[in-house]
Amino acid sequence: MINSISLLIVDDEESVRDSLYNWFIEDGFQVKCAEHAKEALTMLESGNYDIILADIKMPGMDGLEMHRRIKLLNPEAIVIIMTAFASVETAVQALKDGAYDYITKPFDPDDLSHLIRNAAKQIEMKVENQALKDRIVSLDNIEDIVGTSDAMISVLKEVESVSQSNSSVIITGESGTGKELIARAIHANSSRKFFPLVTVHCGALSEDLLESELFGHEKGAFTGAMFNRKGRFEIADGGTIFLDEIATISGKMQIELLRVLESKKFVRVGGNKEIQSDFRVICATNRDLKKMVDEGLFREDLYYRLNVVNISIPPLRERVNDIPMLVDHFIRKYCTSMSRDMVNIEPAALKRLEQYNYPGNVRELENMVERAIVVGNGKEIRLKDLPFVTAASNDTADSLHDLEKKHINQILDKFDWNISRSAKILKVDRVTLYNKIKKYNLKKRKAKK
Amino acid sequence: MNKQRILIVSYGQFEKSFLEKIATSVKERFGYNTDISISYADLAKFFDPARRQYDGNQLLNHMHSEYSGGHIKAIGLFRVDLFIPILTYIIGQAVYKGNAGVVSLFRLKNELYGMKRDDKLLFERFKKEVIHELGHTFGLTHCFSPSCVMRSSTYIEDVDQKDSTFCLRCYEKLKSNGKG
Repeated sequence: MINSISLLIVDDEESVRDSLYNWFIEDGFQVKCAEHAKEALTMLESGNYDIILADIKMPGMDGLEMHRRIKLLNPEAIVIIMTAFASVETAVQALKDGAYDYITKPFDPDDLSHLIRNAAKQIEMKVENQALKDRIVSLDNIEDIVGTSDAMISVLKEVESVSQSNSSVIITGESGTGKELIARAIHANSSRKFFPLVTVHCGALSEDLLESELFGHEKGAFTGAMFNRKGRFEIADGGTIFLDEIATISGKMQIELLRVLESKKFVRVGGNKEIQSDFRVICATNRDLKKMVDEGLFREDLYYRLNVVNISIPPLRERVNDIPMLVDHFIRKYCTSMSRDMVNIEPAALKRLEQYNYPGNVRELENMVERAIVVGNGKEIRLKDLPFVTAASNDTADSLHDLEKKHINQILDKFDWNISRSAKILKVDRVTLYNKIKKYNLKKRKAKK
Repeated sequence: MNKQRILIVSYGQFEKSFLEKIATSVKERFGYNTDISISYADLAKFFDPARRQYDGNQLLNHMHSEYSGGHIKAIGLFRVDLFIPILTYIIGQAVYKGNAGVVSLFRLKNELYGMKRDDKLLFERFKKEVIHELGHTFGLTHCFSPSCVMRSSTYIEDVDQKDSTFCLRCYEKLKSNGKG
């Protein structure tokens, strides 16, 4: 490992540079020397150094100032400040600025060896940590996205290609198609994955609330603003902000958003300090933004700023082949979360699920499966556990009398003529239910052998 | 010229038998015959009154200019306390992949640490450090093997911990770098 660690020695005294060079080259490090800060910064611009040993007193630019500039060039670099003039103030300042350590010349050979060995160990652990994180991330993060249909494969390919860029993305698709999941997958596969993914549901917030939510506010900015608050753009620094239901934001917010996207700078509500944040924007909408632009409801400049990449998620009815896989996924998900044994689905029920047109898309399918697991017999999802039968009866021209009779009969059948449970579902008391059974002459059907 | 021999230069009034034993160990480890030379150079010019020590860098430069031309490697043996500007002291140093090195006996003496004089142990320590510094001139870096002579040792406890031999890895590297 030491062989791959590069070390830069910055000192205006040749004898110090030579001594340290000889010391570290014998340890097996890759060692380079610079005579002054300017030379060191030039070297750092063109090459990468893991550890920088810098003298604090040098002509032109001192070690502390050089250290600040090094941190701008390479925040990961380990900087050790050396000086012959030890003072608490300079030591504290160096450490406050993020120096790894501070050492007074001449050093005890053992102290120097330990210091560098510890720094090398830290670098080694960082590299190892990153490798482990990469492995972990590659194992999870898109497991909720289920589907092998051509349409879904095409979406996943787009996710893969846009993840590595910093471009804005608009995800379009009907409600319930999984737009947020796609946003999460893009974030989780990007270089920003270790920074936050901040989600804002724009449609759920009023204009004023959204402004404060996105940009934050200063104490006293408005009634009730008791404390300073960071906005979502600020929290998303280094990461991604996901703006759901972007089509619902007001004209004023559209202008504000455009300004922030262009400059990545903003001011908190009631504040005057400009804040900079490095975030990526992913938006989602179930509406046709282009049409909204044509109708003058959405700003054209904002539309083009956001619409660098457009990922369109197909509705579930256009990827029927994925339904069995999705059903299986939701069965595993809910049986696990409810601590139940895994259940199967009977072929007739699955067939019915494949025939349905899902206006609520995957979310609707998920709810159906969850409900079926809750009300089912714990072994199998049956056709009668699905909410289709009731829906089918809506198409008939039955009288209210007939509908009531059918409905009570279905509920009784479903709960094996358990009067208390059926009455509870029907929201009537047991006496009323007995009266209805008598009135409609309902009888328990014999079980088929 | 003796380009296939290693030169051992005594700067510190070492006994002849002591120098010969060092020379034998060097020959054993590196496979080159050795020559012993006694230097009468005035070390006063290398003395730093402020630190009350002798400048290891200047001594190394002196060794390099005076002796490195004639032999494959040259190592200077000293009794005085050595320093380099950046460190409080050094036991020895060498030009990595070069042909000169210096080693001092001063910090290896038991008496310096309040222990009883032990000449046998002192010789063992000194021998290890001579081989260590010559190892650097043959392009060996510090080794993490606890018993290898190329393990970095800044305290005498570290020196005692290691052997005077090379680990297999360092030995192979030494062979490929020109062991005799």
